[in-house]
Amino acid sequence: MDFLNALVALANFVIVPALAYGSQLALGALGVTLIYGILRFSNFAHGDTMAFGTMATILATWAMQSAGISFGVLPTALLALPIGIAATGLLLLGTDRLVYKFYRVKKAKPVIFVIASLGVMFVMNGIVRFIIGVDDQQFADGERFLITARDFRTMTGLEEGLAIKTTQVITVAVAIIVVAILFWFLNKTRTGKSMRAYSDNEDLALLSGINPERVVMYTWLIVGGLATIAGVLYGLDKSFKPFTYFQLLLPIFAAAIVGGLGSPVGAIAGGFVIAFAEVTITYPLKKLLGYLLPDSLAPDGLVQLLSTDYKFAVSFVILIIVLLFRPTGLFKGKSV
Amino acid sequence: MSDPYQDNRGNKDASITNPHGRGTMSAGTASGERSRTQDAYLIGDSMTGGYGQGPDILHDCTIAVNKGEIAVIVGPNGAGKSTGMKAVFGMLNLRKGAVRLDGEDITALSPQDRVVKGMGFVPQTSNIFTSMTVEENLEMGAFIRRDDFRKTIEQVYELFPILGDKRRQAAGELSGGQRQQVAVGRALMTQPKVLMLDEPTAGVSPIVMDELFDRIIEVSRTGIPILMVEQNARQALEIADKGYVLVQGRNAHTGTGKELLADDEVRRSFLGG
Repeated sequence: MDFLNALVALANFVIVPALAYGSQLALGALGVTLIYGILRFSNFAHGDTMAFGTMATILATWAMQSAGISFGVLPTALLALPIGIAATGLLLLGTDRLVYKFYRVKKAKPVIFVIASLGVMFVMNGIVRFIIGVDDQQFADGERFLITARDFRTMTGLEEGLAIKTTQVITVAVAIIVVAILFWFLNKTRTGKSMRAYSDNEDLALLSGINPERVVMYTWLIVGGLATIAGVLYGLDKSFKPFTYFQLLLPIFAAAIVGGLGSPVGAIAGGFVIAFAEVTITYPLKKLLGYLLPDSLAPDGLVQLLSTDYKFAVSFVILIIVLLFRPTGLFKGKSV
Repeated sequence: MSDPYQDNRGNKDASITNPHGRGTMSAGTASGERSRTQDAYLIGDSMTGGYGQGPDILHDCTIAVNKGEIAVIVGPNGAGKSTGMKAVFGMLNLRKGAVRLDGEDITALSPQDRVVKGMGFVPQTSNIFTSMTVEENLEMGAFIRRDDFRKTIEQVYELFPILGDKRRQAAGELSGGQRQQVAVGRALMTQPKVLMLDEPTAGVSPIVMDELFDRIIEVSRTGIPILMVEQNARQALEIADKGYVLVQGRNAHTGTGKELLADDEVRRSFLGG
C-alpha cells in the first residue's frame, strides 16, 4: 500500500506536471530548432513570439466569451487558437519582411541575424506588454479537473490523491497531434522535403529550383503555429504573464540544444529531459521517502534538492553536462 | 573586411549560429558587349569576367558543346576550368561575352532560371543532400517538375543500379563514388537538355573513376550533351568528342579529344609526356 501511495504521489506531483510541462517545452523547442535548421540562427525572440501568440489568443478568447461562445467542457482558448496562430503568422512574416529579409539579401553572417533577433525580441516584448499589460492573466475556462484528488481517493481508497487537470490532458494530446502532423509534413510532403533540402544544402536547393523565399515563408508560418500552440498550452496550464514567457526562452533553448540543435526528434526529447529534471529536482521528496523508507529512516526535512527559484539552474547544469560529453546533443544534431 | 555584413565579429559559437550548409552562391551579372562567333547547342562565347568585383579570371574564353557530344575542359591547376564552367552556368560576373543555349541568349539569366531552361549542373562539392535518402535526393532534383516523375526515377535507377538498391538510405552514408552517382542522378531528374559536371571523379579511387566514366558515357548515349571539367586529363580526353585546354583563363588548345592527345605540346605540358 505504501508503495502504491508513493507511486501515486510521484505521479501527482512529478510525472503528470512534468509530462505537461515537457510537452510545452518540446513544442517551443521545435520552433527554435526549425529556425536554427532552416534559417540558420538562434531566434532569441521565440519566447516573446510565444507571448504574442498567447496574447492574441487570449484577446480572441475574451471576445468569444463576451459573445457567449464556449467550447463546452474544453477551454474556449482552443477555439480561439486558429485566430492567434494567424495573427502570429502575420507578425512573423511582417518581421521577416521588415528585418530579416534585409540581412538575407545581403547574405549577412548568421551572428548578425542572432543580434537582430535580440532586437526583435525587445520590440515584441514591448508590443505584448503595451497591449495586454504586464500582469498575470487567467483565461482557462471549461471543466477544471478530469479527476480531482478527492475523487481519486474515494475511488481507490488510497491515502494519496491524484489530480489530473483538463489542461494537462489537453496539453499532452494537442502536443502529440501537432508533432505527428509536423513530422508527416516534413517527411512526406513536397514542401516539407524542400524545407529539409534547403536546411541541408542551400546552394543545391537553389539549383534544384527550390524557391528560398517560399521555404522561409513556410518556416515562419509553421514556427508561428508552434509558438502560439506552445504558449497557449502553457498559459492554460499555468497562467499568462509576459515576463514568464520571456524567461521560458532559457529552458526552451536548453531543450533544443540538449536534444541536438536542428533535430526535431531531439527537440522533443530535450523538452522532456529538461521538464522532468526541473520538476523532480525542485519537488520536495519528503512524502515520497516517507512512504518508501522504514519509519526510522524517514527524513525530517523537506528533502527538496533545490528551491523552485533555482529551477533555471537545472536546465543549465544539464546543458553543460550534455555539451561536455555529447556536443551534438542526445540526438545527432549539429555540433555546437 | 570592409563589408560589415560579412564580418563574423569573432563568433565561433555554433549554438547560436548554424554554419552547416549555408549558401555561398550568388547570381552573376552580365554587362558589356556580346559577340557572336559560332553556333553550338550550348556555348559560352568569348567570356571575360571574374567573381564579384574581383579581377578577371577568364579572358576571351570560349567553351561549347554540341548535341550528342561530350566536351571536356582540362588544364593545369588554377587555369580557370571550374570558373569557366561556372561562367556558363551564370555564377560569374561576365563583363564580356555571351552564353547561348540552343540559339537563345541566356547570358542574363540566374543559375536557377538556367535550370528551368534545361541545364543540369553537378557542382564539384556538396552536390547531394546528405541528410536525405537517395530517393528524396532524386525527388528534390525533380522539384521544378509538376508532372509525374516516377518514370524518370526508374530511368535513373536503371542507369545507376546501385542507387535503386540504396534508395531508402541517407545519401550521406554512401561511398564517394555512389554519392557522385546520386549527384548526377539528381541533375538528370529535370530531364536536362545539357548536363554540366564539375570534376565528377574528384576524390574517388581509380577503379570507381573508371566506372563513373563508363556511366557518363552511358548518360551521353541517351542523347544528352555533356560538358565536364576533369583533373584526369588523359582519361577524360579519351572519351571526349571535344576538348578545351585552358591556361590562365584563356583557350590554349581546342580540338577533338584524339587531336589533343596526339598534340605534342599538349602532351608535354599537361599530360606528362
